[in-house]
Amino acid sequence: MQIIKNKQIVDDSWRTIADEDNLSDGDITLSFTRWQQHKQDLLNHNGKLGVRISPADSVADIADDLATLQLIELDFPDFADGRLFSQAWLLRNRYGYQGEIRATGHYMPDQVFYLSRVGVDAFSPENSERLAMELNNLNDFTVSYQQSVN
Amino acid sequence: MYQYNDDDQTLVNERVAQFRRQTEQFLKGEITDDQFRALRLRNGLYIQTHAPMLRVAVPYGLLSSKQIRKIAHIARTYDKGYCHFTTRQNIQFNWPKLEQVPDILAELAEVQMHAIQTSGNCIRNTTSDHLAGVCADEIEDPRPYCEIIRQWSTLHPEFDYLPRKFKVAVSGASHDRAATQFHDIGIHLVKNDAGEIGFKILVGGGLGRTPVIGQVIKPYLEKKHLLSYLDAILRIYNLFGRRDNKYKARIKILVKESGLENFARQVEQEWQLIKDTHELSDARIEAIKAQFIPPAYQADAAQEGSFAVQQQAHPAFATWVKHNTVTHKVAGYHGVFLSLKAPDTPPGDMTDTQLDTVADLADRYSFGEVRSTHRQNLLFADVKQADLFPLWQQLDAIKLATPNIGTVTDMICCPGLDFCSLANAGSIGIAKEINETLDDMDYLHDIGDVKINMSGCMNGCAHQSVGHIGILGVDKKGVEWYQLTLGGSSENEAAIGERLGPSVAKHEVTQAVTTILDVYVKQRLEDESFLDMVKRVGIDPFKEQVYANH
Repeated sequence: MQIIKNKQIVDDSWRTIADEDNLSDGDITLSFTRWQQHKQDLLNHNGKLGVRISPADSVADIADDLATLQLIELDFPDFADGRLFSQAWLLRNRYGYQGEIRATGHYMPDQVFYLSRVGVDAFSPENSERLAMELNNLNDFTVSYQQSVN
Repeated sequence: MYQYNDDDQTLVNERVAQFRRQTEQFLKGEITDDQFRALRLRNGLYIQTHAPMLRVAVPYGLLSSKQIRKIAHIARTYDKGYCHFTTRQNIQFNWPKLEQVPDILAELAEVQMHAIQTSGNCIRNTTSDHLAGVCADEIEDPRPYCEIIRQWSTLHPEFDYLPRKFKVAVSGASHDRAATQFHDIGIHLVKNDAGEIGFKILVGGGLGRTPVIGQVIKPYLEKKHLLSYLDAILRIYNLFGRRDNKYKARIKILVKESGLENFARQVEQEWQLIKDTHELSDARIEAIKAQFIPPAYQADAAQEGSFAVQQQAHPAFATWVKHNTVTHKVAGYHGVFLSLKAPDTPPGDMTDTQLDTVADLADRYSFGEVRSTHRQNLLFADVKQADLFPLWQQLDAIKLATPNIGTVTDMICCPGLDFCSLANAGSIGIAKEINETLDDMDYLHDIGDVKINMSGCMNGCAHQSVGHIGILGVDKKGVEWYQLTLGGSSENEAAIGERLGPSVAKHEVTQAVTTILDVYVKQRLEDESFLDMVKRVGIDPFKEQVYANH
């Protein structure tokens, strides 16, 4: 599967582990809840670790874990739920998170410019036909009025 | 007024290109109805009962003659030859074709206008006092701060998908003409004990279904912290505002459910973490202020003698001067209202030919600028007294000199069932009927300041809950009924109107209004205004008469 990362289309190495699935080696993402409950078990995990967050999750709760997380996925249940935009801003600005922040789920191709401004650097569209469109939309504006992350 | 720099122009041009692409993708079926709805709303485009409706932003109500001419051109070319001024100082076109909207936006961009964020759950156009910069009771001109807020809110990446729409108003005067207590955020320029000017910030006001008067969250904020404080409020709202029920999603509900104290504490905590990271510099404030310098007034404008003579000679002119002009901070100058409430016209509507003439008159008599007011009229802010007579004659010729500003027939009215897909009931027809019934100007002038606000549904676009007389259209099993309220006000003594009683049928509305006015005329004390009388006697004397025959 391919995603957009740093304005390039690249192959994706990550696997999504559902809450009912067993853990496995390699680069994996877990739900916010599972991470909270089982992070101690993952200290010796063979591979990289990521967490999927939903709009209602508080990123403050994983602030101390950010050094061990290489990926945070913003999982959009609905493009109209704008909380994840603030979560991304908080991760970058307040908590200094340096790893990958990836938009997934039901975000809109037309939201990628705003998402990139609040610190999202990777996009995993619902279908691969959208890759080119989203890559193009990242350049919608060459000017902006406000401070944000980018 | 503010002139775009290269970056401002680039931004609106890029926005037009973006929306053109989105429209093409939608027409080709590449984006869904739901997605396109969110995108078009953020460009001012609604799908209405009969056709799309395009709402164009008029930042804080300020327009140049060049922009007015462009609006006339758009009305003529893409619409049916007219446009509508709204209660938030914006302009609406009721008949554009969806596929032509990108072209309309491109035309607007040519004159430094846009429709960005005029609808949708995002930060809307910032509104202000229509007498900004010219009234005598001003602490400081609010418009530079409106422009700073306009820029901050435009395409704000973090706050474009809020729980619900978000409206900001700024007032710089001691008399609140911008209804700041009924905005999500209301901002007042104030002076502190040390004589420095800063902001008082109100939060959680709003009209619509649940009218709420805004509360002070910050009694004094230094100017340099304006944007960081707004960021803090918006971040808390974006994260914690309710998204489960659209009727409970406005910030007023969050403030109410959290309690003002708790909400203020959350905002304060957030603000403390960001306030030093992005201050508004003095240099930036000064640079924006430099775009709002007063025009070149004539020092001897008050010396001219014909003004008094013409008022003597032409009683109709004198009446118009009395009702449709306001005093100006500069001697010899007046603010002039152009009444968009002529008896046979839907409130707030203007034709393309009226617009073109208004642009010419603005160039000749008011430094090329026009303002829209939140009571759906226009204003020439800077007219010399010697010019009032010829201006009156020319306004009269295009039906913009009805001397009814501030009277009963200066009604605020939404488009209602005739145009709007949300409406439950008609409003324009009733406005017309009231206007025709109350055609005796002497009677209207005797009654004086009575503000009627009429909305065709609970969404309350015409702010009926703060009308001195509020009229709200409701649907009862497919029949239009109207609820009346008395005693509302959006000014300093903000109040939400009290319901008079059961709703009345459509054919009874005008009779009810005239009955209310008769009660006032009979029972008022000397010089007592309608609103003061309602406060003194309550609604019962009105109720008895209105429902006497029921």
